[in-house]
Formats: sequence, structure tokens, C-alpha cells
Amino acid sequence: MTKQVTLAVKELRKTIRGKEIIKGISFELREGEVFGFLGPNGAGKTTTIRMLVGLIRPTSGTVAICGYDLHHRFTEAIRHIGCIVENPEMYPYLTGWENLEHFARMMPEVGEERIMEVTKLVGLEQRIHDRVSTYSLGMRQRLGIAQALLGKPKVLILDEPTNGLDPAGIREMRAFIRFLAETEGLSVLVSSHLLSEIQLMCDRVAIMAKGRLLAVDTVERLLKEQARVVWKADPVDKARALLAEETEVLRANEEIIVTPYEPAKLAAWNTKLIRAGVAVAQIEPRLPTLEDLFIELTGGETID
Amino acid sequence: MIKLVYNEMLKIVRKKRLWVIAAIVAVLVALFTYAQYRETEELKKRLGTTDWRTQLQQQIVDLQNRLQSPSMSEEWRKYLQIRLQQQQYYLEHDINPSAPGAPTFMRVFIENAIDLFLPLLVMVVAADLVSSEASTGTIKLLLVRPVKRWKVLLSKYIALLLSVSFIMLTTAVLSYVISGLVFGYGGFRLPLLTGFVPQGEDLNTTNVHMIPQWEYVLMELGLATFVSVVVGTLTFMLSVLLRSTAAVMGIMLASLISGAILSNMVSSWHSAKYLFMVNLRLTDYIKGTTPPVEGMTLGFSMAVLAVWGLVALIVAFVVFTRRDVY
Repeated sequence: MTKQVTLAVKELRKTIRGKEIIKGISFELREGEVFGFLGPNGAGKTTTIRMLVGLIRPTSGTVAICGYDLHHRFTEAIRHIGCIVENPEMYPYLTGWENLEHFARMMPEVGEERIMEVTKLVGLEQRIHDRVSTYSLGMRQRLGIAQALLGKPKVLILDEPTNGLDPAGIREMRAFIRFLAETEGLSVLVSSHLLSEIQLMCDRVAIMAKGRLLAVDTVERLLKEQARVVWKADPVDKARALLAEETEVLRANEEIIVTPYEPAKLAAWNTKLIRAGVAVAQIEPRLPTLEDLFIELTGGETID
Repeated sequence: MIKLVYNEMLKIVRKKRLWVIAAIVAVLVALFTYAQYRETEELKKRLGTTDWRTQLQQQIVDLQNRLQSPSMSEEWRKYLQIRLQQQQYYLEHDINPSAPGAPTFMRVFIENAIDLFLPLLVMVVAADLVSSEASTGTIKLLLVRPVKRWKVLLSKYIALLLSVSFIMLTTAVLSYVISGLVFGYGGFRLPLLTGFVPQGEDLNTTNVHMIPQWEYVLMELGLATFVSVVVGTLTFMLSVLLRSTAAVMGIMLASLISGAILSNMVSSWHSAKYLFMVNLRLTDYIKGTTPPVEGMTLGFSMAVLAVWGLVALIVAFVVFTRRDVY
């Protein structure tokens, strides 16, 4: 069963004052998936997201939402999108409820029941009639999601949704995003500069740097290729020689040896070392840092 | 569209802008009423106990005598006749011309408020209409709705027009009600002279005629509303162009004040008459005061203001619908 494409981006480019900021980006979002948009600060994530929701006009390329071209059929296309760009700024002098009402008036067929529904969905019933200026950051974030969900969108775009949340809030947000994708069937695009976050909640991920997409793939595949094992063994030289017979030794010094991560073979390698009389103190699979990934994908270019 | 305008009005009301404006008007009117009251008291003291009716009668006799004189231009004779009618009206209706009623206060207040005070009040609403959404970031949530951008801006502009109406109404009602407590509420039928046309050093009185004060006040209110709408539109454009409300306020304030100063010194700089800020004192044309630059007429000033307002409106809409929002 192929899932429906909800958001299609083709060859998106943006030039600002003669400088190309976004250099031809293409990807697709499907129904029910959480799509990660990973890149360091300044990679062009936010600019891209703004082009997806019509805040910035692309220099060239197209964005189609549920089949509607964003540029030519703006109102039909934008109806299917809910988003938070950067921080969810609301009107602080209005109550949460009034804020939602305010945005509901700008959308067709969003009544009081729907406002009630999204309020419950984000768990703000207790405080919805208080002024937003009295809200904590987490509550504002939830109100932000509530307004994004008002129009029953097919695509939800969240720019750095866990920014500024405490650990409990981050966990809650992650669970909520998974719930929206799995239960409600939304496509969710989440941007982040934290690999761990993307890894924990996304199905697929696009890695972005300097205005380009370096890779688009499922999280497992992308990470597996890059995962490493760090060995601590004594004597190091002997361990290194033995491991080199089995696999590639990527890096080694007086203390550690680094090899590719192959979970199926790890036990066998360990047995071999022990039989040869090497004392193995530590076998640590290590996920690549974002930096490792970038160095790998760009062939040595650093992220900044 | 009505829903969008409702949204914008809600924001203006909840920011308490309109109440602040009403409070400012109330305080200032009370202040001016008191000042005016002190002045009339002072005047009465200086004139002693002389009955104003006697004085008026004396003036009427004077006028009648002058009208007897044969060596007088037809034009001047006509003017004096109208003056005579006015004085007689005062006497017949038992009106003391030097003691103001509430409508007179209202008229003078509008005349003095038209070029600075009223535009200032309009600025309070207009300055942050768009710029505050940009600086707080709420503009992003506003523009990702299934509503075209020009409609969003139009709803804001309509909200501005409604606010201008509110400001004008508040000013008119408050200046009448508050000053009436002291001066009494009568005087709407008081005849006033209008139609003077300044020509160089002279005053052309060919078209001078009498109109009742209520008509005069209505005309002034209309002109003041026109000026307020134009100043509001200019502020609105700046609010679209600039993110900072303070910058919008600063620029508008500077140009309004420079207008007040320029009006007194541009009599020989002719092209200055195309600046909007020297054209704001529209009520002076019905009063017949000499304009800042020779040859300026009511029609000319209104046309200049209309062009400025229209251009500002076009710039605001073009920029707003095309701009990239960061």
C-alpha cells in the first residue's frame, strides 16, 4: 500500500540579495509519517519552512500541498497546513481561548466545538480562559499546537517544537507528535538541530546543510551506516590486530579502537578477542554525532 | 471579511487603545474648558459691569452709520450688511457673543486640534496596527491562514477607519458634554460668517455669508475626519514598512511637528505646498485665515492630502502582499 503524498517540494530555491540561500531542495511527505528536518543552525531549515507555508516566496521551484500549488492556489493549499514557525507567538493580551477564536475566524468551518476539541487534545482545558501572558513556555507551545490543528490540517509543520521545553515537556511533545501521525494520520514535518531528538520521533529524515539536502532516508538506515563501536581492551595492539582481521579499524590509539557497528557480528568478534587472551573492558556502540554525520556526508566539510 | 474586521477591532479594543484615547480627550477637554472659563471670567472683570447688550447696540449703530456713507465699495457694503445682520441676531436672541457656549467651544477645539492633536490620537491606533504584529511575530500565524494577504491588510485598514470614526465621535461628544457643564449647551443656531477669501494682503468678502454654527461645526468635523483618515493612512503605510512601532511614531511625529513649524515660514517656498503636513489646517479655509503659501485653497489642500493618502495606501498594499516575512 503506497501512502498518499501530502506535501511535495520540487527544486526549491531562494536567492536573497544575489546570494543563493536555498540551493534546490526536493522531497516528499507522506500520510502518517513524521519527517525530520535535521541541520545545524543556519543550514536553511527555517527559510525552507517559511517557503513551505507561503511566508517567503521562493525564487524558483514549487510546493504542492495535497495537490494544490501553494503559489497559484494559495487558499486551497494553505488550508491543509497547520504550522508553528519558530516560537508560537500569540496575542498575550488575549486569553488562550480568544486566541484560538481569533484564528478560527480566519478559517472556514471551524466552530466552537473544534476549538474545544483541540483544547482537550493539547490538555489546556484548565487554563484556556486565562490570558496568554500568564502562560508558561510549555503552555504556549501547546497553545501553538492547538492553533495549528484548528483547521484539521493534513500536514503539520513544526519548527524546533521542543525548543525551550523541560525534559518532561520534551518527552510529552514527542509522544504527542507520534500520536498525531499514527492515530490521526497527519504528516508531520519536524525541524531540529538535535540528532537524538529526530532519532527518537521520526520515521524519515532529511539532512540539510548550507542550503542543500545531503541525504533523505529512513532514520535507521541513515544512522546504521554511520554507527561505530568503541572498544577498550588490553593489550590494545593485539586487540587492534585481531579486529583488523575481521573488519575495518577506523581509528585507534593507546586506549581505544573504533570499528564500524555491525550488531550481528559483535559477539563473534568479542569471543575472538577473549580467546586470544585480550581483556575486553568495554564495547560501546556509539551513534554518530551530527557532526560525524556531516563530515561523513560532505566528505570532511565541517558544519559551520 | 466581517469576521476579519471583528478580529482587528477586538485586538484594538483589548489593547485598551480606544479607552486611552477617550481618557486623553476627556482630560484635555476638561483642561481647556477650565482655561477658557478663567479667560471669560477675566474678560468680564476687565470689561467691568458694562452690559453687553448696550455694547452690542452701540456696535449696531456704528455699523448702520458706516453703511450710510456713500463712498463705499459695493463689496464692502455687502459685508457690513451681513455683519449687521449677525449682530442683530445676537441681540434679538439674547446671545452674548463673547460668552461661549458648548458648541462654540467645540468649534474652536476642533480648529485647534485638526493639525496635531487629532492626528496624534489617530497615530496611537494606526502606528502599531501592522508593525506590532511584525515585531511580536504574530504576523506569521496571521498569514498562514486560508485568507489572501490583501484581505488581511484590508481588514486592518477598515478597523483603522472605524477607529478614526470612534475618535472623531468621542472628541465631538466629549468636547460638547464636558464644556457644556460650564458654558451651557445652547448656541447651535448662532450665526457665523464664512466665505472669506484671502487675496494677498486683502480679504475678498464677495462670498461672505452667514451659516448657523451647527452647520459650521459639521463642516469642521468633516474636514477633521478627512485629515485624520489621511494621517491614519500615512501612519498605516509606515506601520507596514517598519517593524518598530517607535520608529513609526517618531517619523510621523516629526513630520507633523515640522508641518506646524513650516506653515509659519514657507510663504516664499512655493513647492512646499505639496507637502502633506502644511495642508492639514483645512478648517482655516472656512475661517478665512491666510494660508501658509499663497494660492492654496481648500480644494487644493484636499487634493494634495488625497494624493498622499492614496499613494500611501497603494504602497502599503503592494509591499504587504509581496514581502517575504521573516
